[in-house]
Amino acid sequence: MDTPLVADYLRMRGVSRRGFLKFCASTASLMALPPMMIPQIARALETARRPSVIWLPFQECTGCTESITRAHGSTIEQLIFEAISLDYQHTLMAAAGEQSDDALHEAMKENHGKYLLAVDGSIPLGNPGYSTISGMSNIDMLKEAAEGAMAIVAIGSCAAFGGIPHANPNPTGAVSVSDIIKDKPIVNVSGCPPIPVVITGVLAQILTFGLAGLELDHLGRPKVFYGQSIHDRCYRRPFYERGQFAESFDDEGAKKGWCLYKLGCKGPTTYNACATVKWNNGTSFPIEAGHGCIGCAEPDFWDKGGFYNPLSVTDWGTPTDIAIAAGAGIALGAAAGVLARKHQNDAKATPETKP
Amino acid sequence: MNTTTLLDVVRGPMFFWAFMIMIAGIVWRLSGLIYFRRKSRAAVPKDDNPVAAGLRTVALRSVPPHELEKNITFQHFTGYAWHIGWFATFLFLGAHLPLFKSILGFVWPALPNGIVLVLAAMTIGILFTLWVRRWFNPVLRLISNFDDHLSIFLAILPLITGIAAFAHWSPFGVRYESILAIHILSVELLMIWMPFGKIFHVVTSLMVRFRTGAAFSRRGVRA
Repeated sequence: MDTPLVADYLRMRGVSRRGFLKFCASTASLMALPPMMIPQIARALETARRPSVIWLPFQECTGCTESITRAHGSTIEQLIFEAISLDYQHTLMAAAGEQSDDALHEAMKENHGKYLLAVDGSIPLGNPGYSTISGMSNIDMLKEAAEGAMAIVAIGSCAAFGGIPHANPNPTGAVSVSDIIKDKPIVNVSGCPPIPVVITGVLAQILTFGLAGLELDHLGRPKVFYGQSIHDRCYRRPFYERGQFAESFDDEGAKKGWCLYKLGCKGPTTYNACATVKWNNGTSFPIEAGHGCIGCAEPDFWDKGGFYNPLSVTDWGTPTDIAIAAGAGIALGAAAGVLARKHQNDAKATPETKP
Repeated sequence: MNTTTLLDVVRGPMFFWAFMIMIAGIVWRLSGLIYFRRKSRAAVPKDDNPVAAGLRTVALRSVPPHELEKNITFQHFTGYAWHIGWFATFLFLGAHLPLFKSILGFVWPALPNGIVLVLAAMTIGILFTLWVRRWFNPVLRLISNFDDHLSIFLAILPLITGIAAFAHWSPFGVRYESILAIHILSVELLMIWMPFGKIFHVVTSLMVRFRTGAAFSRRGVRA
């Protein structure tokens, strides 16, 4: 029996034709597609079969799952997310133990070569026992599931880049999905956690156009969501241009909404859609709430020199380092002085005369 | 995923080593001067106050000498203008101040970005003009060497890359973090070269003028 269509599922959940087309329009807008693509999105979504998705949570905090399931109310994006056939997600599924393992293997077998593999969390290589599911190490489970997958969506910075587990000194030897799997298309949806609409947007894009239409940046992220920096689209950008910076989190500048660059905002070097799509049903994003961007959508954001150090602050060492450098300079100067005096003495002892 | 970027390197270990090389280089050059053997002073000094003479020379050499005024006015005032523009940009751009605060523990007010940008653009223009003049003026060309050209190039580079970083200018699709990294790298090159090239006059010019004035005054000569 064929799996039901996405459109059938949405109709069953009471989504009107108008609401559905509005969603298609906003999806086209999110993905920077021309309006003429809206009917195509609608047609593709209406005729798409519910794709099988296997979601493997590895070394993670469940923040990514929290993001997708709790951030918004019952929105059409969430319904689209629900419209996929989520065959395995051990945090969300009712089954447990052997039943959930069976569900995983059944889904992998039935949809071999066709299912989408979603991964959140990093994979520890230090010791297979650091993170296991039903006694199976994360790396073994990933390799097994990836083998029959059509493509992999690495959800969150841990799966995409190693994330916080990968932070120095990386005690578990955490790595990203792309460090292990080399023979499957991988789409990185980074963020700690990623924006829910971005997750559903990527899934909608794969549903409608497949992977071919998904243009990725050099870090494997969809350009439609990760093509511009937070700073580029930040509403505080004019204050940056004028050199008006908050000096502390409670000074006059902060109250007036001035730029948070001096308070360590990483917006200029972070590529994500926070400033446009925003969080909590489009309510705001961290900078709007008064805190600088911590750069969570970028690789190794935890080790980029401190959240509160401005981008222009560099590692100049410590006073001890400076004293050592000055001592080395004095030693070199003394050596140069001794050589110069020797040269002077030699010149005095054997004066060179020219005719 | 190993994702160490150019910005990570230039903000971290490269800046550290450039700073250490600059400190060691400055102390090396200065202590080398101090260790130099000086000639014994057998003659009776002609002037009782060499300190005043030294200070007078520092002041006198900061304005064009009357005899050469007509010939060097352009050079003199453009020199002042670009030095002021360069240091104002370096010391008073708001985005630079967090660096000084992290090193010194205190900081001073910034100039408005608009003023700093105008000064920076003016400085670039003057430096280019002086550089072109150095190439085309036969006398200047003869007395210029690799040190002069490299020093001018390294003085201009941070200004150009700095304006590009400030304006988020992305030539050929280069992203902001790469432009910022190139800007910091250009400053590091300047820091490394500073103690070893003619840019070292930043440290020595005033003390050399003072020393020359004081030494000449001992002999009863105006420096």
